[in-house]
Amino acid sequence: MAAIRLEALTKTYATPRGDVRAVERVSLSVGDGQICVLLGPSGCGKTTTLRMINRLVTPSSGKVFIGGHDTDAADPVELRRTIGYVIQQIGLFPNMTVAGNIGVVPRLLGWSTERTRARAEELLAMLAMEPKDFIDRYPGELSGGQAQRVGVARALAADPPVLLMDEPFGALDPVNRETIQDEFLRMQHALKKTVIFVSHDIDEAVKLADSIAIFRSGRLEQYAEPDHLLAQPANEFVASFVGSDRTLKRLRLIRAADVMARASGNLDATAPTVRASEDLRRVATLFLEHGADSLACVDERGELVGYVTRAALAERLGSARR
Amino acid sequence: METLAFIVNNLPIIGERALEHLSIVGVAVGVAIITGVPTGIAISQSQRTADTVLYLGSIVMTIPSIALFGILIPILSKIGQGIGYLPAVIAAMLYAQLPIIRNTYTAIRNVDPALRSAAIGMGMSTAQRLARVELPIALPVIIAGVRVAVVINIGVTAIAAYIGAGGLGTFISRGISQTDVRQLVTGALALGLLAIAADYALLGLQRHLTPKGLRARRDA
Repeated sequence: MAAIRLEALTKTYATPRGDVRAVERVSLSVGDGQICVLLGPSGCGKTTTLRMINRLVTPSSGKVFIGGHDTDAADPVELRRTIGYVIQQIGLFPNMTVAGNIGVVPRLLGWSTERTRARAEELLAMLAMEPKDFIDRYPGELSGGQAQRVGVARALAADPPVLLMDEPFGALDPVNRETIQDEFLRMQHALKKTVIFVSHDIDEAVKLADSIAIFRSGRLEQYAEPDHLLAQPANEFVASFVGSDRTLKRLRLIRAADVMARASGNLDATAPTVRASEDLRRVATLFLEHGADSLACVDERGELVGYVTRAALAERLGSARR
Repeated sequence: METLAFIVNNLPIIGERALEHLSIVGVAVGVAIITGVPTGIAISQSQRTADTVLYLGSIVMTIPSIALFGILIPILSKIGQGIGYLPAVIAAMLYAQLPIIRNTYTAIRNVDPALRSAAIGMGMSTAQRLARVELPIALPVIIAGVRVAVVINIGVTAIAAYIGAGGLGTFISRGISQTDVRQLVTGALALGLLAIAADYALLGLQRHLTPKGLRARRDA
């Protein structure tokens, strides 16, 4: 159990021009096994908020609870060993091999050499990197995408319940970023970590998040599920940050099955079909390409399970809008 | 030819002087490493202290060695060690401080802040971070500082012959006072060879102690 709760978390820095509030009374909670993305322009306090969770930054006031325990009470060094940490600059130690890097926290926790190595192999395999090809390489011999996979593996090494990720995929090229995001999601389905993920990319947030927290100059502007956030931005700032194409962004969040009217019977061979498990991006594409008013939905075996109409699509996308 | 004959006839004594020389340099640099590396690490935590310490180190470097021996004679005379081995070691040790402190300081400061951040974020204590991350990465630059210190010290110790510390400088001081070119050239040659050999040996050590991962990156 590792639900995270922030309570009126505040960080104030004293500067010659007076106190600056980097983070101001941020409260939110993230359920066990959920991904929460902290989203906002640079300098909005999202990274500071993240770093207060593992005490790299000491809060000026407010509390952080992990699994119901007040982190004030814990020794910061011990606390950090139970929290995976991934940063944008990756920060692999160049003097250690891939195995050495992944084994950092296990060694700090006193695991045996064999167990640490076995864990490194397991994690590399999970991240689609052939263990025997990579385990004895040095970070200088890895590509950016490979290095960040090792960065993620290192954070997961001691199986911490909580993972903090500070723009982990921000420095990767778009193709690599998509791939590693997909791998990360797949892994998250199996591992169910509680993840706090800092990003400035709304598309990444919509793709990964169970909940999104939008920050502006140290304040939490809105905290909601992605679909809700896109459908009902709380204010002008959130609306402009998520973009005028927010309806298009919602398409990926909704599956055809969610908007279809159930039906059964024989499939009309000429009608365009879509799988019920696919998201609305595919549905919208087919509507645009075929000019049809309805699509047949099929299951994995190709049997008809229902129909999606243009009207139903419009209603679903408009329904949550004020 | 005369010089060559002198060298061949005096090989055992040249060897003995070279060992004396090395013992002064070795002890001085050894002590300087023991004191200078921790000092360099300590001052890397605070810019102000660093500026002060490096400034003091630079001042020491500007004192001519012969003057430093002069200063040390009355002080060390109080314990009956005004001339000879001890003042030579102390002077050499003082000259070795700056290169070692400065290189340690620079090397630690130049460790990528992201690595420090990652190390702390993963739950390393300060000592673990230094031992496992910062020092291994800083080591090649620290040893480069030791190399500079050793070469400086071989020169300083040559002058220590004038305060009776022995070493290869004896050939030069005698060569000058007896206007004996053979001794003069022998001393100069031996000192040059010693400096080159020591520097080369330490270069090997530096390569050997450079973490493999850092070597790989440089080659790539």
